[in-house]
Amino acid sequence: MTGVAVELTELTRLYGPTRALDGLTLHMQPGELVALLGPSGCGKTTALRILAGLDEATSGTVSVDGVDVSTMPANKRDMGMVFQAYSLFPHLTVLDNVAFGLKMRGKAKGDRLSRAAEMLELVGLGALGGRYAKELSGGQQQRVALARALAIQPRVLLLDEPLSALDAKVRTQLRDEIRRVQLEVGTTTLFVTHDQEEALAVADRVGVMNKGRLEQLAAPAELYAHPATPFVADFVGLNNKVPAQVSGGRAALLGLTVPALSGSVDGAGLAMVRPESVTVAADPTGSAKVTSVSFLGAISRVIVTAADGSVVTAQMASSAARVFSPGDAVTVGVDAEGVLVSPA
Amino acid sequence: MISARSVVRGALWVLFGLFFCFPLYAMADFSTRNLLAGGRTGQAWANLVTDEALYQAILVSLSLAVLTVVAMLILLVPTMIWVRLRAPWAKGAVEFLCLLPLTIPALVIVVGLRNVYLWVTYLLGESALTLTFVYVVVVLPFSYRAIDAALSSIDLQTLAEAARSLGAGWATTITRVVVPNIWSGVLSAAFISIAVVLGEFTIASLSGYETLQVQIVLIGKSDGPTSVAASLATLLFGFALLLILSLLTRGRRQQTGVTL
Repeated sequence: MTGVAVELTELTRLYGPTRALDGLTLHMQPGELVALLGPSGCGKTTALRILAGLDEATSGTVSVDGVDVSTMPANKRDMGMVFQAYSLFPHLTVLDNVAFGLKMRGKAKGDRLSRAAEMLELVGLGALGGRYAKELSGGQQQRVALARALAIQPRVLLLDEPLSALDAKVRTQLRDEIRRVQLEVGTTTLFVTHDQEEALAVADRVGVMNKGRLEQLAAPAELYAHPATPFVADFVGLNNKVPAQVSGGRAALLGLTVPALSGSVDGAGLAMVRPESVTVAADPTGSAKVTSVSFLGAISRVIVTAADGSVVTAQMASSAARVFSPGDAVTVGVDAEGVLVSPA
Repeated sequence: MISARSVVRGALWVLFGLFFCFPLYAMADFSTRNLLAGGRTGQAWANLVTDEALYQAILVSLSLAVLTVVAMLILLVPTMIWVRLRAPWAKGAVEFLCLLPLTIPALVIVVGLRNVYLWVTYLLGESALTLTFVYVVVVLPFSYRAIDAALSSIDLQTLAEAARSLGAGWATTITRVVVPNIWSGVLSAAFISIAVVLGEFTIASLSGYETLQVQIVLIGKSDGPTSVAASLATLLFGFALLLILSLLTRGRRQQTGVTL
């Protein structure tokens, strides 16, 4: 790993009465890819822009490799950035775009052009150096933007929703490519997105933000399996909210008892159960009924109304869901290590 | 077979051409006419460079055009970029100030600037080139519109931030990233400003400076053909500028996809 440590400490950003960031603290390890995930307006882009030097924090500090860069202008911070909007310079060729940052650093023409060509090869666009931005597809433009950001060998790579303007297929391809390239160059990377699948797929750790605060920062699997707050559980994955009763660290729901995760309230509450943790079995004597079955390709969603009136969504392989039809009597179970129960 | 539509279109083109070209032809005809001996002469056109007063007036007007364009671009381009990036709340005020000269008669501007120009002439002398200051104000409305349209056609904030994140300072960002992408707007502003300066008579005349237009009027009282030759030369120069502008911006648009 060649990356550096990044520390955002107690960052607050006020826009008039609006608190875009509210004491955000985030420490990134050298070479790590951290994804900031959250809904629109949660402050994730503001945090990234403050780290880039494109915005100023009202209070708090930003340090890179142990040096406080809070007051350093953007052009001195040595950070590569890929923007949500297409940001290639229209008047320059692809090769000149990638070489631009090196030119700003006073590199000799031969050196910068060879480095730019090398970066274009890295993102698989070595043959397109002579084209202009308007002659490229959206995915290609973002690849070039990635090459341009990496060409300067930045201390930190910042990705501000770089895939959101792309169609689904290209988004998946480029997402994987970003991860491959990031692992190859080892640059500490902050990836901002509102797409939970994207965040879980590329990041070493995912930080879920809400109202300017970091609700939870954890490895994707940990975050998914053990959400720290109802907001995280709700935002990361489609969740069922099932009435539950917690007592002695166990939650009773749907006629079953499962461990209650830490952070759960005692007494009556709503258990957050992921659709893939819900099991449905055909049972003519069952008290639950299938309401609808939605085919989504490889998987299907089966919506079931339990005896107590609560509606539960189950997600399963389409081959398994084929046996269900609306009106079928079924029994519902929960197959989870534990559930988080929040106040009703 | 020629359609009625083609005939109408052709007729409109002929009418349009006559409307614009006939006065130019008449000027060219008059300026090459030997009024005393009859026949043709190029004396009026030769006078453009041999008549010392007229030649000096042409130099003054061209110098004023260049200085005005330079000052206008230095003042307006960074200001408009800065306002869009850092002070969007000030856009309305800047637009109002830039368009204001359109609504104020030249006579009022001259009277209003009299006291200011007492200081200008005290500090910089009586040179006609001091008209640059007032001409910069006069061309603001036209220049503002041209540059504003160009800035609106690009994602200024993203381009500027991309350049900054790659290590460019503000001056480099403006000169190497923003200006090349609003080049057609900058050229439009420059050429329109030149046309305005070369055509301005009232302010120069009331201020007592001898620019090309003032000189044309003076010469017109004693030497009609030379006066008309100078007017035609100014017009042709303006046409040439617009033609160059059109060719340059077309090439630029094809290259970058920037539209105005």
